[in-house]
Amino acid sequence: MNKYISTAIALFASASLAFGQANISPAKPQSQKIVVMGATIHTGDGKVIDNGYLMFDKGKIIGMGDATVVKLALTDAKVITANGKHIYPGFIAPITNLGLAEIESVKATIDDDELGENNAHIRALIAYNTDSKVQATLRSNGVLMAQITPKGGSISGSSSVVQLDAWNWEDAVLKKEDAMHMTWPVTPRGRGGFGGGGRFGGGATTAGVDPNERTNAAIAELNRFFAEAKAYHEATPAVTNTRMAAMKGLFNGAEKLFITANGQKEIVAAVNFAKKFGITPTIVGGDDAYLLTDFLKSNNVAVVVKQPHALPNNADDDVNMPYKNVAKLANAGVTVVISIDGFWQQRNLPFMAGTASTWGMDKEEALKTITINAAKVMGVDKTTGSLAIGKDATFFISAGDALDMRTNKVEEAFIQGRSINLDNLHKQLDKKFSDKYGIK
Amino acid sequence: MMKKILLALVLVFSTTVLFAQQTFPVNGSFDIRPGLYAFTNATIVVNANQTINNGVLLVKDKTIQSVGTGTSIPKGYVVIDLKGKYIYPSLIDAFTAYGIPEAQRNAPGGGGFFGRQSVFTSTKKGAYGWNESIRPETEVRTLFTIDSKKADDLRKTGFGSVNVVNRDGIARGTSAAVTLNDGKENEVMLNDQTAANYSFNRGTSSNDYPSSLMGSIALLRQTYLDATWYKGQKEEYNISLDQFNKQQNLPQLFEADGWANILRADKVAKEFGKQYIIKSTGDEYQRIDAVKATGSALIIPINFPKAFDVEDPNEARNLSLAQLKHWELAPTNPAVLEKAGVKFALTTFGLETPRDFWTNIQQAMTNGLTEKQALMAVTEIPASLLGISDKVGSIEKGKLANFLITSDNLFKSGNVIFENWVQGKRFVVNKMDVADLRGTYSLNIDGIGNTLLKIAGTSPGTMAAIERLGPDSAKTNATFSRSGDWVTISFNLKKNPVGDVRLNGYISNNAPITLGGDVLVNSAPAGYWKGTFKEAAKEMPKREEQPKAPGANGPLIYPFIAFGTPTLPAQEAVLLKNATVWTNEKEGILQNADVLLENGKIKAVGKGLSAGNAKVIDATGKHITAGLIDEHSHIAGSGGINEGAQSVSAEVRIADVINSEDVNIYRQLAGGVTTSHILHGSANPIGGQTQLIKLRWGKLPEELKFAGSDGFIKFALGENVKQSSAQNNQRFPMTRMGVEQTFVDEFTRAKEYEKALAVKGNNVRRDLELDAIVEILNNKRFITCHSYVQSEINMLIHVADSLGFKINTFTHILEGYKVADKMKAHGIAGSTFSDWWAYKMEVQEAIPYNGKIMHNVGITTAFNSDDAEMARHLNQEAGKAVLYGGVPEEEALKFVTLNPARILHIDNKVGSIKVGKDADVVIWSANPLSIYAKAEKTFVDGIAYWDIDRDAQVQNTMKTEKARIIQKLAESKNAGARTQRAFGERPPRLYACETEQDYWAEQNQMEGEHNHE
Repeated sequence: MNKYISTAIALFASASLAFGQANISPAKPQSQKIVVMGATIHTGDGKVIDNGYLMFDKGKIIGMGDATVVKLALTDAKVITANGKHIYPGFIAPITNLGLAEIESVKATIDDDELGENNAHIRALIAYNTDSKVQATLRSNGVLMAQITPKGGSISGSSSVVQLDAWNWEDAVLKKEDAMHMTWPVTPRGRGGFGGGGRFGGGATTAGVDPNERTNAAIAELNRFFAEAKAYHEATPAVTNTRMAAMKGLFNGAEKLFITANGQKEIVAAVNFAKKFGITPTIVGGDDAYLLTDFLKSNNVAVVVKQPHALPNNADDDVNMPYKNVAKLANAGVTVVISIDGFWQQRNLPFMAGTASTWGMDKEEALKTITINAAKVMGVDKTTGSLAIGKDATFFISAGDALDMRTNKVEEAFIQGRSINLDNLHKQLDKKFSDKYGIK
Repeated sequence: MMKKILLALVLVFSTTVLFAQQTFPVNGSFDIRPGLYAFTNATIVVNANQTINNGVLLVKDKTIQSVGTGTSIPKGYVVIDLKGKYIYPSLIDAFTAYGIPEAQRNAPGGGGFFGRQSVFTSTKKGAYGWNESIRPETEVRTLFTIDSKKADDLRKTGFGSVNVVNRDGIARGTSAAVTLNDGKENEVMLNDQTAANYSFNRGTSSNDYPSSLMGSIALLRQTYLDATWYKGQKEEYNISLDQFNKQQNLPQLFEADGWANILRADKVAKEFGKQYIIKSTGDEYQRIDAVKATGSALIIPINFPKAFDVEDPNEARNLSLAQLKHWELAPTNPAVLEKAGVKFALTTFGLETPRDFWTNIQQAMTNGLTEKQALMAVTEIPASLLGISDKVGSIEKGKLANFLITSDNLFKSGNVIFENWVQGKRFVVNKMDVADLRGTYSLNIDGIGNTLLKIAGTSPGTMAAIERLGPDSAKTNATFSRSGDWVTISFNLKKNPVGDVRLNGYISNNAPITLGGDVLVNSAPAGYWKGTFKEAAKEMPKREEQPKAPGANGPLIYPFIAFGTPTLPAQEAVLLKNATVWTNEKEGILQNADVLLENGKIKAVGKGLSAGNAKVIDATGKHITAGLIDEHSHIAGSGGINEGAQSVSAEVRIADVINSEDVNIYRQLAGGVTTSHILHGSANPIGGQTQLIKLRWGKLPEELKFAGSDGFIKFALGENVKQSSAQNNQRFPMTRMGVEQTFVDEFTRAKEYEKALAVKGNNVRRDLELDAIVEILNNKRFITCHSYVQSEINMLIHVADSLGFKINTFTHILEGYKVADKMKAHGIAGSTFSDWWAYKMEVQEAIPYNGKIMHNVGITTAFNSDDAEMARHLNQEAGKAVLYGGVPEEEALKFVTLNPARILHIDNKVGSIKVGKDADVVIWSANPLSIYAKAEKTFVDGIAYWDIDRDAQVQNTMKTEKARIIQKLAESKNAGARTQRAFGERPPRLYACETEQDYWAEQNQMEGEHNHE
């Protein structure tokens, strides 16, 4: 009995610790026009304005350009001087379980992977925890938005795009149900054993079932479900099916389709599958995408690649292949988005773009992979993803190049014009113990 | 049906006849035969060095009575004329599981050894040892039963005797040599104790320990020590140790998988003054010099890989360079061993069927194996290894009448083994006096009419084709089988008639040969057929052709994996000119400076150095730093990184399992890493001894080791050691409280052990586990302790203080910032992650400012990887010390260079750019802390193991080489070689601290899968 009580207390205590940062409040709406003067503006869609100005009001950008030639009436505006500093649009973390997971190894804190093969009706947004202590640690590196995404199953459900400074998921949301996520069935390569099983390996081989046949059966089921779901929306259905109901956005264009596929054959199959239903998909993973750049371009398919800081898949692969992959695709004309697996890891997203640049592409092009390209594949590029008049004033000011850990130093950040608190748990603990030791 | 009855009769009959055991009663009249045979006019191959032409062999009962020429044949002998035929000693297989029931292997549980009940000490009943994998009490002579079917298979291949090994466990007990005679077990035994057997594989033992390769090695070592101790003690009776001791004078036979394990086994052997005979797996050619240097006689399989089916380019892409090259080079292995002068026997072990033996041996001969060596490797050598040379292995007077009668030279393709005599008993493989049926026949088949039948193949005919001339002309291959005078020919002409035609019949006349019998069409009787010999065969139907002479083989590469090269880059004198040099010394960061590397050392640092004879590399605009040092790595290890079956495993050594063929070595060189500290994992409070290596890509495991460095040992605290993620933990400890007591108990025992050892004349049992702890107490071994939260860190500091040992390093140490003052006071270093957190409960307050705080408090601080990926950009992890907390750049770089060198006690050799230190340096394209920095060249000992430009060439060479071999594979398939699906290799397992696996359970399951494919 005693044991249970103490366990309960321990859980309670740790829970309050895990989710509590009571002194970091979401920022209030923008109350005054603000102009940032003199910074190098990286617009996120490939342009750089040296010594520029950025003016925003009521959460929207209302002016941007060369600060040396413009004449601004600044009487009613707050002016931030940022000479020698850099402005970037808020970075967007695609396909993450941020807010759905708090401690990877503690099951009670994990809400990202529902049971079942077909989870078309599952929505990540409603489980998104704005009180997680993780978001604040991402914001301070410039990651201001994220696509909160469920995983598991063949069809995992819908993600939503959120901004990372909110009281609850309702006011966090930028785009509700932006994309449906599915994984293209794949026959495990090689014989069982390590790496053959698990979620990403296509499942352990079941004795007696030909793995190829199982793959074919899974593909047939996807075809049937999509065909039936499409028909379901063409008339008033006789019975309600929540899974099919959740597919509506895919067929009327309100929702995008993300398909995880890595092999050459799987990518082609996945794209052709989507096309059959009138959908232009986004490929996720895309290990072999570099072999298919013409195919992807001609079908207007974007690729969300895995993090460049990854090991090559095969012993024989160029040791720097994961570093070079982004540039390889982008230079061939494919729209590329960089993702990172996980949630706390997202604070390294800027450096993934930096790596992409190191290994073969222009910095501003690399920047697109975590800004405008991400916004495009999520369908939020009309309001965010780059700095342009009329778009959200979601950006940050860094003392140096934000794609490099050596110089990334986020001094101020704005989400929809709101000046957000850049404190976080880690800074607080740093201060607490630095004070203890009397060091800086 | 009739055939089956006949077969049964033969069996019963033969059993009765052979049953000539003195002690056995007979039900009825005795039937003892004289067994006198004379073989005349034969070419007798006495042994590999002696052949008698036109010889006579006399056999009496089970033994050879005489062999020679011109022998007069006494009366009473059955004379067999072998004119034109050959006699060979029958073959000996030194390594089989013949006559032993297949062991029931344990399937791995859900999560390695966590999936099953913990078994700490053996559950075997009786006065045996504590660990069931040490089972020297096992004797093959008591387990062995004759297996007629397998014996028949082996005899048909030409074998007459075999060594039988019970392949289960680490110390496996004795093997026995038997003949392949049928009859009773009592009669076939040649040597009931051929060898004491060993391996690293735990086998069916129910003990959890050992769960790793290094655990197996440690257990074997400890067993040698225990056995020695056992001789001089009176407290314990232990059958296992007793047997172990008794077997030490026998030949010692070790089953090891591959050259790396040959080296490992030999190292243990030499430690205890042993010399193993080693059964390996056929990759010895990859490191022949090292294998030869062991001085071990080998037993080598010839189960060369089947050709990969490369028709689907998508699948062919899965194949790795190592797989492709091994396919091409494996058949050279016997020849390479021969050329090197290694004594070796060949075994059928691992062949899908013994029938592949001859195909493969011919393939080995095509690749240079000489006939003489091939014969010795299956006769004299195994006979001498097994101590049965007095009985078998050559055709000599007094030896057993174990010999083959063949149509031709045994090793020629097309040779037919007619008879295999075992212990004077005749086993007919192919009838000797059968008519040669090869030729063209005019064939008349009821309902089909006149056709031609062609019989071809090796003598006396193994294949057939049917040809119909005229308006309905058709041509098809037929299946042809023959049993004595009976023949069966099946074919399908597609039309007239539609369906399968089968001709059953027999030889009805010998001159000219006439065949005839019944016709079956679609299994229904359809009249009669008759074939009459027309002419000798002209053309062979095309089937089962020998593959054409293959193209030349590619070169060996070191290591034998992608990015291996035929020759290793050389050490040279190099002047790196005009760079930004991060010295890590008081000189700080030098601009436009030069660094001179010579004889593997840093010769000079400064401005405007003269090159002398050195090669000059212009490094203008580049940065030069000392090579990066990873305090916490798990690459380059084989067979599991955790020995977690017990809470203390101080006896295991990473040094025993270094894997030089891990591609991650190359990948990390590409990230500027030159030295890695390979740690045991964190499954238990006291883990194993660690090994410091330099990333000398292409060298042997022993050559990777950092010479003269201090020994370290891994300790661990927290969630891993209390097995928080285990479903059903049965291993102590389960709480941080228990962790403390584990340390207290172990160190207390170690102190008492040390005292006992010091008393003269004490027969103290040497304990390798406690030896390591004693080393710690004496400051001869140093602790690096995996740790997370402040309470446990504090605890260990107190335990260390109270028991009088020092903690060198806290590794991971993510809450080091909370106890930095205490660490500082105790002079303990911290090696941490730059920014990891939130992956488990104990890192919920891990902060990226940890490094900065520890550093600022005055602790020697490093950033480590514990991750094969992160180790590729440790420089950028150091960059994060700038991002989080503003550590000055020069100091931040030291987090991954000089500071880990200090922590590892090697800062006198590496870690900075200082004259006299090792030439372990990196040339970076940009500021090394920047995301934009690429390692362009990485020198270890002045050798540029990584060179970004050479890498591009190596990749091109690899592409060309792979394409060449794939082309060769395609040709080989077209030429009729058997193929296997182009599966890629299993992705190599990557180890991190937390990787817990039951290596042996996995290995045994994989072997099981292969056997049942």
